[in-house]
Amino acid sequence: MAELRLPLAEEIVRDLEVGAGVELTGRMITGRDAAHKWLLEDFREEVAPFMEGSVIYHCGPVVRQADDGTYEFVAAGPTTSIREEPYQAEVIEKYGLRGVIGKGGMGLQTLAGLEKSGALYLHAVGGAAQVLAQAVKKVERVFMLEEFGVPEALWVIDVEKFPVMVTMDTRRGSLHTEVEDFSKQQLERLLAAPA
Amino acid sequence: MLTKERYVDTFVELIRRASTELPPDVVLALQQGREREARGSLARQALVTILDNVDLAKAKSAPICQDTGTPVAWVSYPEGTSIRQLEAAMREAVKEATAKSYLRPNAVDTLTGKNTGDGSGRAIPFLHFEEWDEPKVEVRLILKGGGCENVGVQYKLPDTALQAGRDLEGVRRVVLDSVVQAQGKGCAPGVLGICIGGDRVSGFSESKCQLLRPLEDTNPVPELADLEARLMKDANELGIGPMGFGGQTTVLGIKVGVLDRLPASYFVTISYMCWADRRAAVSLDPEGVATWLN
Ligand code: SF4
Repeated sequence: MAELRLPLAEEIVRDLEVGAGVELTGRMITGRDAAHKWLLEDFREEVAPFMEGSVIYHCGPVVRQADDGTYEFVAAGPTTSIREEPYQAEVIEKYGLRGVIGKGGMGLQTLAGLEKSGALYLHAVGGAAQVLAQAVKKVERVFMLEEFGVPEALWVIDVEKFPVMVTMDTRRGSLHTEVEDFSKQQLERLLAAPA
Repeated sequence: MLTKERYVDTFVELIRRASTELPPDVVLALQQGREREARGSLARQALVTILDNVDLAKAKSAPICQDTGTPVAWVSYPEGTSIRQLEAAMREAVKEATAKSYLRPNAVDTLTGKNTGDGSGRAIPFLHFEEWDEPKVEVRLILKGGGCENVGVQYKLPDTALQAGRDLEGVRRVVLDSVVQAQGKGCAPGVLGICIGGDRVSGFSESKCQLLRPLEDTNPVPELADLEARLMKDANELGIGPMGFGGQTTVLGIKVGVLDRLPASYFVTISYMCWADRRAAVSLDPEGVATWLN
């Protein structure tokens, strides 16, 4: 697996293709439905520096707060990305993101956005909350915790060797489309077979 | 004694077990899947990560998945037991388990969008009750994830587009369609709980109840046992694989139940459970002594 440091340069991102396994090290941010809407309502200056060149992780973590006030990720797997389809391409462009981490893949609007802005869709293993939480070394800060609650807040985290797979790239390649097309052919075959 | 505290303590432990440990039959099915997938494939890599995750969660007594799901329980109780007390005890246990981080605060007020903060909400947890002749109280719990709940579906036969008529071949056709529609989105490889018949409420209730069956059991109704075997074979030929990365391990189990129906309707209801097939069960005798079940 290739190891990559965050923030990412555009050339590196444009070089990576569907099927590549990657380990990420550096600073990223989490965000899901409420965060994506909020990021588009206005330009959120306070959050922008944490997003430029980095990736947004579709994750609603389980978080523990220690007595000294610091936070720790107890569980941190990806959530379904397609819910952000209406917002994702615009969020990528507006904040200069180089990638999105999630599960299940995204649609054509995001795929076009990845090509235009130079960003990747990175698939984490859904439900692998502990393996992924272990890769989160530190919680730096959190935005909108009061307003959105723990799962929907924007958590700024430092990760080390965070494992993901490239399933959508900047050349309009999508493993999700490939697998879906193949499974539909198989379905046709299985439904044609006599009972 | 079966006091409220005894119930609450037992249910907290029940939730902890469900959230942090997978049942042995599910672990075995995941291991078999890993061995089946080609070396170096994304499918195998995904299953390796999943199994590492299962080990780690158990060792740390921490949630297997961060979406700790909706707690759904089936409670069997002897005559004279207070259902209200059982329900209150489960609600309190959910709050306590959330405070202990066995569960994530996972309930959102639908109108305001605000998290309730303590893991409980309207219809969360959700309990089914049944009075029985035994002297003990038995509770079977699943934690039903949101991503996989979203790919659950109810078909109405006949379905012209899929050429599915009102028979078991029609059922086979819509079930395979549902697996293709789901792709990897319900965190494949999943387990399907299916109900043939019933109405729009009882169908989903029974399809979820089918998820309580151990993966290796055989359906006592011969034609349903055949259907389950055929569906397993077909579904794993679809090539969707773990996480939808492609591969041979698309489903870990398929369990089919039947309810009677009205002449006018023929529903096929499918509940999709992700690989994090979290279930746990306990039986409490009248003295309050707990026996943990598989
Ligand atoms: S579908 Fe299951 S494994 Fe996937 S994120 Fe939801 S609860 Fe976790």
